[in-house]
Amino acid sequence: MKLHEYQSKQIFSKYGIPIPKGRVAATATEARRIAKELGGRVVVKSQVLVGGRGKAGGIRLAKSAKEAEEVATQILGMEIKGLPVRKVLIDQAANIEQEIYLGITNDRAARRPVLMASAAGGVEIEEVARTNPEKIIKVHIDPLLGLRDYQARDIAIGIDLPKEYWKQFGDICRGLWRAYMECDATLAEINPLVILKEKSLMALDGKMLLDDNALFRHPDLAEMRDVDEEAAAETEARKYGLSFIKLDGNIGCMVNGAGLAMTTMDIVKLFGGEPANFLDIGGGAGADKVAAAMRIILSDKNVKAILFNVFGGITRCDEVAKGILAALKEVKPTIPMVVRLVGTNAEEGRKLLADAHMITAETLADAAKKSVAAAKA
Amino acid sequence: MSILVDKNTRLLVQGITGNEGLFHTQQMLAYGTKVVAGTRPGKGGEWVLDGKVPVFDSCKAAVEATGANASIIFVAAAFAPDAIFEAADAGIPFIVCITEGVPVQDMMRVREYLDQKQVRLLGPNCPGLLTPGEAKVGIIPGNIAIPGNVGVVSRSGTLTYEVLYALKLVGMGATTCVGIGGDPINGTNFIDCLSMFEDDPRTEKVVMIGEIGGTDEEKAAQFIASKMTKPVVSFIAGQTAPPGKRMGHAGAIIEGGAGTAAEKVKALEAAGVKVAKHPEEIPSLLK
Repeated sequence: MKLHEYQSKQIFSKYGIPIPKGRVAATATEARRIAKELGGRVVVKSQVLVGGRGKAGGIRLAKSAKEAEEVATQILGMEIKGLPVRKVLIDQAANIEQEIYLGITNDRAARRPVLMASAAGGVEIEEVARTNPEKIIKVHIDPLLGLRDYQARDIAIGIDLPKEYWKQFGDICRGLWRAYMECDATLAEINPLVILKEKSLMALDGKMLLDDNALFRHPDLAEMRDVDEEAAAETEARKYGLSFIKLDGNIGCMVNGAGLAMTTMDIVKLFGGEPANFLDIGGGAGADKVAAAMRIILSDKNVKAILFNVFGGITRCDEVAKGILAALKEVKPTIPMVVRLVGTNAEEGRKLLADAHMITAETLADAAKKSVAAAKA
Repeated sequence: MSILVDKNTRLLVQGITGNEGLFHTQQMLAYGTKVVAGTRPGKGGEWVLDGKVPVFDSCKAAVEATGANASIIFVAAAFAPDAIFEAADAGIPFIVCITEGVPVQDMMRVREYLDQKQVRLLGPNCPGLLTPGEAKVGIIPGNIAIPGNVGVVSRSGTLTYEVLYALKLVGMGATTCVGIGGDPINGTNFIDCLSMFEDDPRTEKVVMIGEIGGTDEEKAAQFIASKMTKPVVSFIAGQTAPPGKRMGHAGAIIEGGAGTAAEKVKALEAAGVKVAKHPEEIPSLLK
């Protein structure tokens, strides 16, 4: 789950990391009022869950409250990478001397968290990693010991941070580590962390990604999810415990198991079709889940055919077939449907579906070819 | 021969009284696996499945009484890390965690601790493993595979069943099939399994099923090129997956442009691995 900049910064602030004074506005008038309170010179920052906001013109400086209102009007009317801007953060403008990158993320390969910093802050760290990897200083953190003080110091030395900032930098690293750990984040990033002309450090931006699997122990954080920012179908799917990702094609896919669901998409493409979605109905999918999945797939008007691919292991094919029949009664789709049932009780499942006017397939390749043909017909 | 589990495996089931635990214990017993004990705090002294398996309050008590040498975990995600620590501290050398949805930071701590104790973990979020004709430790349906000379290792569940089934249809069988799970941080990886298959005299060829996310397949490719003498056939799921989206499995995500299927296929092909375009092509590539 992604958090907005303003949400991430609020969390950082709780862990003692200095952030600019600022508040969120949903209207331009509100933006003006906040800017006035902050003394006029502010940065107006679009709050959308995508990168590259600055390049898209979604982050702009305003020299007065009046200008803040004008800029907010423009930004609130924008779309950034397809997402409409619904909120802006109005932050007091800072006097920047230098920009630094600081972040903690999971290093899968090392199986440990990694603290990273670079004196080349402000730009995307992936870009720095590609062009100047030696400019990123890294230290892996033992998950049983936590971040040690010397490690933060090593990073400060590594990025040539002047001595007078080491203590504050250490405090910020420890705060970021605690925020990362206590919120079950998979990424906690400050980009940029700046040296102010006033000779102190401040987090001007903030980004956090949280582990969806850990949200059960963070009900307060789970509530911060911005459902306006995801496709309505994905929100709906989550409600039913389905894993769904919308794609641009026209063949709806309903599959049990994530790996098999990806494979089904791949094979549709291999035989000349375009998958409309990724959808894993999971194990033991009953009628209610299958019906919900079917409704979600059909809510996409591009879908011209549906492919059901179920490998019965523990999930029994006759149970899934019953689910499909119940769902058909409820949803009544008019587009062609291809079904492939293999494994446990597949024969019984096929018999149940014999009268349902579905196209049947034996192999995965056959199922893919038939659904591609059906979508073109 | 086989890897990790065989006829001598004495299995402990953690969370044996829950729906999943009980159902799969029954399936494993029916397959011939020696399930010697189960645990459920508060139900020690009871027996389940018509008196076939005794239940203990703790792993320690179960190991002392039954000599269990492997454990399988069916408890909920919130309690799974503790179950793993408990099994490791009870001296069990091989732990299989079926549970899906374990927080990744918990897994980093688990992995660090287990490495120090030299305990092997399989999973989490995995279907377990199957040595056809000998033992089934997990949820892979026993009837879809026959004994044979192919070692199978996979990050996926049902996709693995597809492959086992496709092999069975042409009369090919497996030595052992290992599901390592779809999480970003797990206990046993491709290289661990490839290395065991390389050393297993009965395994003559290997199938490796990967998916998008991380760099484990690339590392496996290096291992295959430098250390393996047995032929490896592979399939990578997620050719059409969009970047930045988690495709069901917590670990199946293309991040920062890394972990794409194309890169993995390229690395494997460069290592001399035949990569199937779709899973049903695998049996013909093994011939």
